[in-house]
Amino acid sequence: MAKQVIALSKRERLLRAVSRGPLHVAIIAICLMWMVPSTGLFVSSFRPKDAIATTGWWTAFSTASEFTLANYQQVLTAQGMAQSFMNSLIIALPATLLTVAVAAFAAYAFAWMDLPGGEIIFLVVVGLLVVPIQLTLIPVLRMFASAGLTGTFPAVWLAHTAYGLPFAVFLLRNFFIALPKDLLESAFLEGAGHMRVFFRIVMPLSVPSLAALFIFQFLWLWNDLLVALVYLGGFRNVAPMTVTISNLVSSFGSEWHLLTSAAFISMMLPLVVFFALQRYFVQGILAGAVKG
Amino acid sequence: MARVLFDHVTKRFGEFTALRDFNLEIADKEFLVLVGPSGCGKSTALRMLAGLEDITEGSIFIEERRVNGVPAKDRDIAMVFQSYALYPHMTVYDNIAFGLRLRRMPKDEMDPKVKEAASILGVDTLLDRKPGQLSGGQRQRVAVARAIVREPKVFLLDEPLSNLDAKLRVHTRAEISKLHQRLGTTFVYVTHDQVEAMTMADRIAVMNEGIIQQVGSPQKLYDEPVNVFVAGFIGSPSMNFFEAEVVENGEGVRLEGEGFVVDVPDDRADDVRGFLGRRMVFGVRPENIHDKDYVPAGITAAPTAVKVDVTEPMGNEVFLHLMAGDTKLLARVDPRTAMRAGDRVEVVIDMERMHIFDPETKESALS
Amino acid sequence: MRTRLVTAAWLWVLPAFVLLGVFLVYPVVNTVYLSFFSGRDMSTFVGLDNYVYLVTHPETITVFRNNLLWLVLFTATTVALGLLLAVLSNQVRYEALAKAIIFIPMAVSFTAAAVIWRFMYIFRPPQFEQTGVVNAAFTALGFDPIPWITNPSVNNYALIAAGIWMWTGFALVVISAGLKGISAEVLEAARVDGANEIQIFWHVILPMLRSVLVVVAVTLIINSLKVFDLVYVMTFGNFATDVLANRMFKEMFTFGNFGRASAVAVVLLLAIVPMMLSNVRRFRRE
Ligand SMILES: Nc1ncnc2c1ncn2[C@@H]1O[C@H](COP(=O)(O)OP(=O)(O)O)[C@@H](O)[C@H]1O
Ligand SMILES: [Mg+2]
Repeated sequence: MAKQVIALSKRERLLRAVSRGPLHVAIIAICLMWMVPSTGLFVSSFRPKDAIATTGWWTAFSTASEFTLANYQQVLTAQGMAQSFMNSLIIALPATLLTVAVAAFAAYAFAWMDLPGGEIIFLVVVGLLVVPIQLTLIPVLRMFASAGLTGTFPAVWLAHTAYGLPFAVFLLRNFFIALPKDLLESAFLEGAGHMRVFFRIVMPLSVPSLAALFIFQFLWLWNDLLVALVYLGGFRNVAPMTVTISNLVSSFGSEWHLLTSAAFISMMLPLVVFFALQRYFVQGILAGAVKG
Repeated sequence: MARVLFDHVTKRFGEFTALRDFNLEIADKEFLVLVGPSGCGKSTALRMLAGLEDITEGSIFIEERRVNGVPAKDRDIAMVFQSYALYPHMTVYDNIAFGLRLRRMPKDEMDPKVKEAASILGVDTLLDRKPGQLSGGQRQRVAVARAIVREPKVFLLDEPLSNLDAKLRVHTRAEISKLHQRLGTTFVYVTHDQVEAMTMADRIAVMNEGIIQQVGSPQKLYDEPVNVFVAGFIGSPSMNFFEAEVVENGEGVRLEGEGFVVDVPDDRADDVRGFLGRRMVFGVRPENIHDKDYVPAGITAAPTAVKVDVTEPMGNEVFLHLMAGDTKLLARVDPRTAMRAGDRVEVVIDMERMHIFDPETKESALS
Repeated sequence: MRTRLVTAAWLWVLPAFVLLGVFLVYPVVNTVYLSFFSGRDMSTFVGLDNYVYLVTHPETITVFRNNLLWLVLFTATTVALGLLLAVLSNQVRYEALAKAIIFIPMAVSFTAAAVIWRFMYIFRPPQFEQTGVVNAAFTALGFDPIPWITNPSVNNYALIAAGIWMWTGFALVVISAGLKGISAEVLEAARVDGANEIQIFWHVILPMLRSVLVVVAVTLIINSLKVFDLVYVMTFGNFATDVLANRMFKEMFTFGNFGRASAVAVVLLLAIVPMMLSNVRRFRRE
């Protein structure tokens, strides 16, 4: 009896698998197509200059060909990608921390404090979420110029923090307000003030959303081109990788051994973060589905 | 040590009035229960006392101090929430110690207090666990331990038993009563369950739609409800109500209801003579309607003919759903009764214990 | 007492307010103001001249056309692909892996993506071996190689394809989360009622995903209007591929015309305002 059931289900499974063949083919084909561009970049970045210039990267597997780290060595040193990597870190890390901190305080006030007109102000913040930063470039640039801040890290830290705030406040406020009300009230009753409740109750309970926000914001800044381009003015000693790469494209548009390795260097950290912390990253995306 | 006074307190949420002219004095060391149907404003009253809601009008005093506008943390009260509100990221020990730590109590003073509170509630073996690893009953105990450890002036409980299963609820009821005796603190306890109110309270305040209906001891509310709402709310199963006209003939005073007639015993006749010829609302509790064959000694009223709709045997008693003419009555009778659904039988309605209400105002018509 | 609390609350939001005010609110207002001026020092009032220029000059009319093309083609294709992949991948056991693969481009910068796609589109004259994947595939199929980046009849589509490659993961992840939110019981009820899988998709799943699809579409529209990095790095807006955001950058730094740059930014804002209102309305409903 039991055997029969198994046999039947086996046949069924086979039938099912066959009838679902097109489904698998479609998914796998699309996935492969999606991987081709990055794979090409990755493989090429290890190929010698002449090989890249004359043959397709897919031939590297079929013919006996050599791979090299020379491209990386060259972009890191001669083209300053090592310096740019550091600059990207110096820009993104403090700005992200600042954004999360400033936003957390504001979000807490919006969620749990008696803020007259808070609802309306929060709606304005939601509106600011999609304001293109293009609308701010000229006045801010003029401000920075008169304050002598153009081309400095503090300028981009401040600008990035301000630009990141609407999203960060939005995300955290929505998370904070979903915390059980009883929990905070219980702490107030026990004698805690807002500061204590914020640091001892709300922060520890919000680690996942803070992490999601941190990762999301960090990658956003790491990948930013426009803000760095405008406020840092393309000075090589402060340029992050995105700016350096775009300079490489305009000066060495067909030196693919440089471009591929430089681009891959800039992708390494996001890829590691993505694979290690995918859950948080996706959570940030979902929560911020409205961010532009 | 702590007397509580609500003095003409009103609470509005926008247009909606959640509490209207609420007046209540709670004596020191008293166990007061606020009871009423869900949504009647019990929690709102409690939360205003705790300092979690603003007071729209009126004043609240704790001892002699007016506490309007005093933040929750400065009122020296503790509260057990229906959800327990345990901090999920802290151990049981840290949950209990949280309030003491905020007061910067030295560790060697705090530690024995935390352990004592934990042992009073029987959670001293769980101190290292997080709330997520506790059962519902254990969580409830931790919430109570957290509240008592600070030795507050007033102790507030908002439906603390409603997340427990029935058996545990009965047990915990008694535990909380014991705790009250042991601590000798003022307790204000909110529940929608009149059984909890009756079994635990020194005094009960019955609320409906934001208004206090009656305040008094459980027995007083049971025996002398001031209106139809309290009469129906207190006691389980609920009191029977029927409209009847008061009539007097040569033999005495009778009530003529919808399709049935019942005599008023001579010693209560004076209570109803004032309403001769009027229709009034009468209330009889289910335990005052008896199977004709098992009438307790001393009750002499004439039987009334009824039809049995449904019987509900409970073991120690039987509930009979009866139709007296067009009037539905519920009787709680001796388990030996032979009455079965569909039978036309006779029961004795003991009007000795009747309640009389004005049909317009629904207020008690007994002076 | 209450006023003290309120003051304290304002202190908590103060840093955010100052930053938002200085770097967002004031500059937006100032940009609108500047769009009516001209000259290096922005001292000459020119009324609507900057806007008139934008709508009459052939080069800027191309900019509008391109943004419209992005808006329609990029948004529609990305939503459709995301929906298709969400529904398909929902039925296989390697769903997580498939979604991760589609999603990866979302993690890298547009700048890197621009390099990747320039590399995909490499064009060499027909007598040489093609080193770009796209032209290699084309010649393998017997066609002539095409200069994807520089040929104005195809280059906008080529750029939009790169954008789709980047954003499909976003659409997939959000739509897929919405799909998981549809209770299995509803689908079973439809099956019991006799609906086949295709009918279920059209009459049950799609209507229930409506609000999610709107969210995704609004996000994509906003991003299609703001598209900058891809165009900046791939073509710098040359060969008739310019878009608003890149045009603004050009007006600023290449032509030094801040008034006209401001006007471009204001047009961008006007295009986005409806999306902003849709977001605010949705938030208020929630
Ligand atoms: N913050 C609030 N805003 C508006 N209405 C409220 C609020 N809190 C309570 N209410 C309303 O006040 C009434 C009383 O609520 P509550 O005191 O919680 O009732 P309960 O007696 O069940 O504890 C309910 O109708 C409830 O909807
Ligand atoms: Mg309640």
